[in-house]
Amino acid sequence: MSSQKVAEKPKSKNLIAGATGDWEVIIGMEVHAQVASKSKLFSGASTGFGAEPNSHVSLVDAAMPGMLPVINRECVAQAIRTGLGLKAQVNLKSVFDRKNYFYPDLPQGYQISQYKQPIVGEGEVEIDVDGETLKVGIERLHLEQDAGKSLHDQHPDYSYVDLNRSGVALMEIVSKPDLRSSKQAQAYVTKLRTILRYLGTSDGDMEKGNLRADVNVSVRKPGAKLGTRCEIKNVNSIRFIGQAIEYEARRQIDIIEDGGTIDQETRLFDSAKGETRSMRSKEEAHDYRYFPDPDLLPLEYTQSYVDELKAVLPELPDEKRARFMKSFRLSGYDADVLVAERSSADYFETVAKGRDGKLAANWVINELFGRLNKEGKAIEESPVSAAQLGGIVDLIGSNAISGKIAKDLFEIVWTEGGDPADIVEKRGMKQVTDTGAIEKAVDAIITANPEKVEQAKAKPSMLGWFVGQVMKSTGGKANPAAVNEILKAKLGL
Amino acid sequence: MQVDEATVRRIARLARIKVSDEEAKGLEKELSGILDWVKQLDEVDTSSVEPMTRVVDQKLKMRDDVVTDGDIADQITANAPMSEDHFFVVPKVVE
Repeated sequence: MSSQKVAEKPKSKNLIAGATGDWEVIIGMEVHAQVASKSKLFSGASTGFGAEPNSHVSLVDAAMPGMLPVINRECVAQAIRTGLGLKAQVNLKSVFDRKNYFYPDLPQGYQISQYKQPIVGEGEVEIDVDGETLKVGIERLHLEQDAGKSLHDQHPDYSYVDLNRSGVALMEIVSKPDLRSSKQAQAYVTKLRTILRYLGTSDGDMEKGNLRADVNVSVRKPGAKLGTRCEIKNVNSIRFIGQAIEYEARRQIDIIEDGGTIDQETRLFDSAKGETRSMRSKEEAHDYRYFPDPDLLPLEYTQSYVDELKAVLPELPDEKRARFMKSFRLSGYDADVLVAERSSADYFETVAKGRDGKLAANWVINELFGRLNKEGKAIEESPVSAAQLGGIVDLIGSNAISGKIAKDLFEIVWTEGGDPADIVEKRGMKQVTDTGAIEKAVDAIITANPEKVEQAKAKPSMLGWFVGQVMKSTGGKANPAAVNEILKAKLGL
Repeated sequence: MQVDEATVRRIARLARIKVSDEEAKGLEKELSGILDWVKQLDEVDTSSVEPMTRVVDQKLKMRDDVVTDGDIADQITANAPMSEDHFFVVPKVVE
């Protein structure tokens, strides 16, 4: 058994140790992202999620005889926008083909897809892994129809088919085999999802199956020629993508090291067992007999149409990150956290506008995100609006409240709402910077504790105790710097 | 071009058409004949000709992204040999 052989530590972090030396894993991805649109790619039925069975189905989607597809212009625009976001070649002419196979959830008997002439050609996505920036090549992006959904657990002898998804537009985004570790593959899908969400071309919701990945994995000795690859179908979470690659790479290494060979095949990731297994039944279906769909003319538009779409493209995550670092002086880490979601970035920008960017970032990341995470809320559901948090940051910036009081104030705004400045005013939370008032409080403490005053003279670290007492008696509102200074003077430290 | 029996069987299987042994024999000949007949077109050099996709100057028609159809589950499943609660019911297919 190969598990009993001793493997040495691999020479590079992206290599996997085997009994016969280090192995390199080669990964390419095909990501299917549902296009954000109201109606389907070739019919006027709704794309809405969670509807009654077969209620979002037109006669076109059910492939009734004589029905003809008519393309949705918004789906085309979404694919072009995505191509631009991936810095890719946008093709002014592309062709729809039929991909033929039989399955109960595919009523046409073929999927309308694009084969030799896709709408988008080569592009790239930048990813950051372990402080290293890598460019991942995009091979192509094409438009195609989604299939329906089969339910196998409703009846012992029958499967139930719902065609609500049938005909919904998908973008298949194919990467080059540029990825070398499960971590890189996860970073790639995460980044791709962020870009799609920024562009508004797909919501990237993996739980709803709106973004899923087919992962091609092969292994080789570094520098050797490419090994035989296996395709793991339909992996639907970032975590599972990592697990599937780790398992599959190890499986292939073990087979080769035990003298076997890898069969090129389609595999399935079983998330419950954390392993991949063969899907033999799909093998014969691989003869898809593509040919141009005679129901559809080539898809054509002008460069000026592409330019129009490009002119109003939103700022993308990489650009936003660079701008945040430059104009708000944020660290790369803070900028990364803030730009991961467009809604977070927008929220931060509202808070930071005209204020101290670093302070705003601290409050958004530490207080707000921390609290949202704790309660499992999305930023859109935040009880504290960006304007309110901006108000809190203003009060800290002008020294009206201390950092400690600001946390209490945040809590009040979170649970009760209201204008932060009003709350501070009405509840007397303002920081006391008036030295007269602080002196009075200090004097009272000193008079009440003569023995502590004596101790403090011998042991200056007692100062902390006095600061605590003064803060307590002023309800935490005294300016800590002022308290320290006055105490030192009065105690003669 | 010669189409052998294995090819006939494979095409039939992919198209989900049941073919008897006798029919398969006949189809070998028929399909080979059709391919030979079409092969005559190879005599014309088309290397510099764009594939024809339309006979009149016409562009792909597009529609706006508006929901105009659906909510007809009764009609969709009306002809199904079996259905339940608006699902199509088919012999079990499991991976």
